Amino acid sequence: MLEKALSGSRAYWSWIFALLLIIGGGVACWFWQFSEGLTITGLSRDVVWGFYIAQFTFLVGVAASAVMVVLPYYLHDYKAFGKMTILGEFLAIPAVIMCMTFIFVDMGMPNRILNVFLHPTLHSMMFWDTVALGGYLVLNIVISHWTLSSERREEPPPKWLKPIILLSIPWAVSIHTVTAFLYAGLAARPFWLTAILAPRFLASAFAAGPAILLLLAFFVRKVSTFDPGKQAIDTLAKIVTYAMTVNVFFVLMELFTALYSDIPDHISHFQFLFTGLHGESTLVPWMWVSSVLAIVSLVVLINPRTRCNYGWLKFGCIAVVVSLWIDKGLGMVIAGFVPNPLGKVVHYSPTAPELMISLAIYAIGALVLTGLYKIALEVRGQLKKA
Amino acid sequence: MKSSRRGFLKFAGLSVVGVAGSTAIATRTRASVEHEPPATEGKRLAMVIDLRRFSKNDELLDKIIAACHDAHNVPDFADDPKNEVKWIWTEDFETAFHEQEFHYIREDLKGKSTLLLCNHCDNPPCTRVCPTQATWKRAADGVVMMDWHRCIGCRYCVVACPYGSRSFNWKNPRKAPNLAELKGTFPTRMRGVVEKCTFCDERLARGQQPACVEACEDNEMVFGDLNDPESKVRQLLAEHLTIRRKPGLGTQPEVYYIVEDPRTLQEVAPTAVVFEEEGGHA
Amino acid sequence: MYDTGKIVAGLAVFVVLATSPLWYNALSAASPEAPELQKPTNGSTACVEATDYMRANHMHLLDQWRDTVVRDDVRTYTSKAGKDYTMSLSDTCLDCHSNKEKFCDACHTYSAVTPYCWDCHVIPEEGQ
Repeated sequence: MLEKALSGSRAYWSWIFALLLIIGGGVACWFWQFSEGLTITGLSRDVVWGFYIAQFTFLVGVAASAVMVVLPYYLHDYKAFGKMTILGEFLAIPAVIMCMTFIFVDMGMPNRILNVFLHPTLHSMMFWDTVALGGYLVLNIVISHWTLSSERREEPPPKWLKPIILLSIPWAVSIHTVTAFLYAGLAARPFWLTAILAPRFLASAFAAGPAILLLLAFFVRKVSTFDPGKQAIDTLAKIVTYAMTVNVFFVLMELFTALYSDIPDHISHFQFLFTGLHGESTLVPWMWVSSVLAIVSLVVLINPRTRCNYGWLKFGCIAVVVSLWIDKGLGMVIAGFVPNPLGKVVHYSPTAPELMISLAIYAIGALVLTGLYKIALEVRGQLKKA
Repeated sequence: MKSSRRGFLKFAGLSVVGVAGSTAIATRTRASVEHEPPATEGKRLAMVIDLRRFSKNDELLDKIIAACHDAHNVPDFADDPKNEVKWIWTEDFETAFHEQEFHYIREDLKGKSTLLLCNHCDNPPCTRVCPTQATWKRAADGVVMMDWHRCIGCRYCVVACPYGSRSFNWKNPRKAPNLAELKGTFPTRMRGVVEKCTFCDERLARGQQPACVEACEDNEMVFGDLNDPESKVRQLLAEHLTIRRKPGLGTQPEVYYIVEDPRTLQEVAPTAVVFEEEGGHA
Repeated sequence: MYDTGKIVAGLAVFVVLATSPLWYNALSAASPEAPELQKPTNGSTACVEATDYMRANHMHLLDQWRDTVVRDDVRTYTSKAGKDYTMSLSDTCLDCHSNKEKFCDACHTYSAVTPYCWDCHVIPEEGQ
């Protein structure tokens, strides 16, 4: 089936070529980073994790969100999602690949990455995150390969696949929970030291991921004869709505605890984000845009008339994705470091090479996604002739 | 032969994974090295910093910091604060103990330069999070050690340290102007690893005091074993009011600061306090 | 098989590339001389272990020393001959083999090996 990604229309190949150009530029930047060191990024002694890890955190959520189509279909026989599950899994795979790549480019000594497996450390959440992500990638590859090839042969998938699919459901929840555990158990970082961090991660994952999936489904509908069907679209839209509502609720819960308790160590990070602190207000406009978009997305999605209008629905999904990308990526990660453990406010903004490398990683994800979706659509014979 | 191209590619892919995997397992089983257990059994090394003995902006502070940074070829990126690396440094007293939220503070402590370094916590969060055990707490003496050969530069330990004690090498440290000529044979570290104070483990092995303590002039910093009831550090802790940084976090930091009024230094040199009973009163 | 022409051509290119070190060396001018290692200038006549052993195993020995010193805090090595040494690259090995260029680099350059010890470990003045 892989060869189906190697043939395509003019538009297809132009897209692939453009992605390869971006990837090339990013790889060149990365080689520079590997020889010079991470000094070429905007990171510093106090803000040691920034744009790369922010992207990783956001994308783990997107990867986990495949479970939102897999669970209803396989656990509750929700037939409407039958044709969507492969698209969900084929979104999860590039998402996980991007996660791993973002971590790789963030490492100081990437050539020593095998040390994580040569010296496994059971009390380190980072070790478990590596295991969880690796396992999830393997799971999704196995599941999507066997379901798609069975579909191609017009046979039911092999019986042994079902327990593996069912395993992927708690595994999806676990990859994002363990990522939250990276942050939520650190006494040094009171901004992250909250029990609600993992639930927040999951809620935002189940909003942003399915929103991206919906947008992809609409795009696929345009370029192929594949139609997810009104029921699938409407249900997925409802899932995004509920998840986003829960996520906003969780954020408000966090704000209450911090602001009502008035504990300096807690409120200072929120001040940095929403009002600026000691002259540092880089993220303030971003956070307000994120908040406004969150409210706007809820207004559009909760109202059935706009949610069921596909134009408005697409807008709502974009609002969800942008809002959460800002909040979970830039907001959550960077505010953990500002103010620093000594109470000082420091500046961080990503540099051009840092952004170029990040863009290239997104291009790698887009490349994998394009290839996989092409295969799926070809197998189903649904690609429109250009 | 019925094997398809697809089947061949699958087989080839699995073979590569299998060979790589078995090689990894094989290289792991290195010959065990016979060695005797470390001679220093059951110590708990700690430091007491007597703030009474420092004036507000003592020149001695620079001497102490230089002793450490020179002994360990620590790069000085003074013109490049983004890349700053430091093992021991000073902050204002209010900043060093900012969790105290001082509003009114004793005059001698206001703005006083206070030495900060790795606290070699008894319950260190940094070693808990390291995915490769490139940093760990030595059982024999409590030193939180660094293995610069194993560190993958993920900076999780930097994130987990509540005291900002750790520095990452954002660039090649030998590019710092002060390392154009290296001092002694202590290796520099390379770009991409995290570093911090190791209580001068290489000097401890030779029976010496840490470099910073040796640079002191009159017991400004005292270093010793808390498990030894006769040690100087135990004496100081028994007789003086000390505070530690962010004690509420449960890290059990082992660097203590004497914060008594400096005028107490003029009194007779402290000995063990003995309470005498006088006719029934304690 | 399909595409026989392309496959055979590809295989031929691969074989040429994979064996390039062999035929490149065979075809190039004079063969380089075997490296000559400068003996220690401080009067020392015996290394930690026998020369043949060191030649074959010094990398492994250094790795062992590294882990034992850094991770186990044990700094004394007893050689096969029963003599004690302090396990240190800079202070023991380089104490005798003080000219890195004429000792370490001689073989390493010849065999195109670039150990990255020197990124961190300090080279004595003589051999910089």
